[in-house]
Amino acid sequence: MPFDVVAQQPKLLYLLQGVAAFAAVVSLVLLALHRGPARRRAAALLLLAPALLPLTIGLVLPGLRTLALSFTDSAGDTWVGLDNYAWMFTDPRALVALRNTLVWAVLVPLASTALGLLYAAAVARSRCRTVALSLLLTPMALSFVGAGVVWKFVYAYRPAGAEQIGLLNRLVVASGGEPRQWLVDSPWNVLFLIVAMVWTQTGFAAVLLAGAIGAVPAELTEAARLDGASPRQVFRRITLPSIRPTLLVVLLAQAIGTLKAFDIVRAMTGGQFDTGVLAHAMDDQAFRYGETGRGAALAVLLFLLVVPLVAHRLRTRRRTG
Amino acid sequence: MRFGARIALAVITLAVTATACGAPQDGGSPSRTAADCAPYARYGEHPGTEVTVYAENRDREADLFEETWADFADCTGIDVRYEGDGEFEARIQLRVDGGNAPDVAFFPQPGLMERFARAGRLKPVGAGVAALAEQGWSADWNSYATVDGTLYGTPLVANVKSFVWYSPAFFRDRGLSVPRTWDELMAVTEKVAASGVKPWCAGVESAEATGWPVTDWIEDVLLRQQGTRVYDQWVAHEIPFDDPRVLRAMDTVGSLLKNDRYANGGFGPARSMASISFQEAGTPVLSGDCAMHRQASFYADLWPEGTEIGPDKDVYAFLLPGVDPASRPVLGGGVFTAAFADRPEVRAFQEYLASADFANARMRKGPYVSAHKGVDPANAATPVDRLSIRLLQDPRTQFRFDGSDLMPASVGAGTFWKGAVDWIGGAGTRQVAGSIERSWPTR
Repeated sequence: MPFDVVAQQPKLLYLLQGVAAFAAVVSLVLLALHRGPARRRAAALLLLAPALLPLTIGLVLPGLRTLALSFTDSAGDTWVGLDNYAWMFTDPRALVALRNTLVWAVLVPLASTALGLLYAAAVARSRCRTVALSLLLTPMALSFVGAGVVWKFVYAYRPAGAEQIGLLNRLVVASGGEPRQWLVDSPWNVLFLIVAMVWTQTGFAAVLLAGAIGAVPAELTEAARLDGASPRQVFRRITLPSIRPTLLVVLLAQAIGTLKAFDIVRAMTGGQFDTGVLAHAMDDQAFRYGETGRGAALAVLLFLLVVPLVAHRLRTRRRTG
Repeated sequence: MRFGARIALAVITLAVTATACGAPQDGGSPSRTAADCAPYARYGEHPGTEVTVYAENRDREADLFEETWADFADCTGIDVRYEGDGEFEARIQLRVDGGNAPDVAFFPQPGLMERFARAGRLKPVGAGVAALAEQGWSADWNSYATVDGTLYGTPLVANVKSFVWYSPAFFRDRGLSVPRTWDELMAVTEKVAASGVKPWCAGVESAEATGWPVTDWIEDVLLRQQGTRVYDQWVAHEIPFDDPRVLRAMDTVGSLLKNDRYANGGFGPARSMASISFQEAGTPVLSGDCAMHRQASFYADLWPEGTEIGPDKDVYAFLLPGVDPASRPVLGGGVFTAAFADRPEVRAFQEYLASADFANARMRKGPYVSAHKGVDPANAATPVDRLSIRLLQDPRTQFRFDGSDLMPASVGAGTFWKGAVDWIGGAGTRQVAGSIERSWPTR
């Protein structure tokens, strides 16, 4: 569609008004601050206002509305008390999503951090460190949906006798086994989805940890080695304690990301075969089933699960920063 | 061949392809005469107006719609802005809540449309559309777009789900004839199985919607075994989801689909259904690895390219038989138009969509089925479309809408689909039906 200035005129006008309003507010703030010695708190508030306002409109109010909706029925207009929360902890399918989310939140950070650490330690002193790390980082450049689609192909099933189009079943058949429906057979299918997530996250962990390992003072490790410590001892007694803060940051970041996991599940199984997770169940309830209340309740639960992790991370950052 | 000759050949091939591709020219946009616009005079002139349309059809289906109403748009001066979105069902709510509702939406499920009607978002149809609806469709069809006695829209597309796709050659070679009763269908099934071929192909993988083909199967069989009354009661939840009569229908389906001797042709054991997409599930019919594939009329578009459809071609379809040859239960689905605005140009567009002219024009463009009484089966693009229209127009047909589309979405598009997958995976009939019953919203 060509850009028609005349047709777009009203929008341009709005834009102009917006810019003018913004300029006016900023000048007013500056002017107010300029007039004599205002109290610092008031000044801070004034300066923060332009940021706080959109934050309130875009984050705080919707958050409160979601909380309110979580106590209402499917249409979002009748008060039902704690029904939605009761549903969440009694409905078998919602419980499966809860169980899966916990499994994800424990396994993904642990596995990707452990693998990332091993890899980082292995390549830390290698000459082609940058290349090695970038290689592992490539999955991160892929969207989660892309990763999901790729792994869906890896797990693809064809009956015994037919040509296997999935890598995993091809290997299984080549070594004399029977092809399996990796994504269908519960509960192991949850682990196969987790593998896909770990694949995308390991690079991130490895890069951060490699950075941290690189920052461990060389004097320390050299001294330890001169004192006769084995490489394993150096790693356990020197490297690991030195990179602990980074390790924690990586673990927490992964845990937060994992709790919100949605795309991989959506792309690989659509939450079928008992592979649903909280974020996916929330989307289903709120937007596909029109169960606004239940969706909101799941969103609140997700928020409650993420909050302690975020809080902890902020606290540690303040301490270390 | 020498290198020079090879290059020459490549150039010639390219040139030929290029000219061949360029050959069928439309000759640009022809100038319209008053005669072209005569059929559209009744919709009035609305120069400079715009109607936005939001639907899930994209690509070719969307193009066919747009081509169909191009003349209408030119003659009335209405700029019809079409937007197709594969995520229609999830996004329409967001758009309406966000104050960005389209003027006209094509709802693939009456249940979804009802939600917006009850919320007071949809505009009831005007007198013009109401009159057209009464003329054009049976009371059944209009009832799907009626909420509390008010008509909110008209059917746009119809599809017949109760088809069984088969290979006429396969049937001929084995001396099988198209079954006319349920018992004959079972006899054919057993005969094919006895010859060492799995009679049924089925695949239910369809991303989030995985499982829906099984729910269609169950609905089809319930409709046949118990008739329309029990079916309606079940869909409306006047009898429990796990009523013994429903369990019986499920067990009948199970005796076919959950049976390794009968399914899943071309793809292994019955359980493999969950991994096989419904789109590819029917292809073994072509290779003779299964005899029958129960799938809707729209499956015509899903056969591999070059597959010919017809009574003596590669594949064809018969109606899933009823208990006796006289009964003609047809399960189907449809798309409905409804409007969020009632400006004159929106009314005019709705009236055009509700006319037999639109349905016939659309049919001439490509595969399409309408339940409109005024459509001429001769205009159908494919033999199966023609068969579908004949069935829909036959007064003996007992048409029923796909039940999962009418149930609350959390059941019809949620627990019923998921339950069907568990059931195929080996869970018991009573247990699955019971859990679906318990998931039925109480409000």
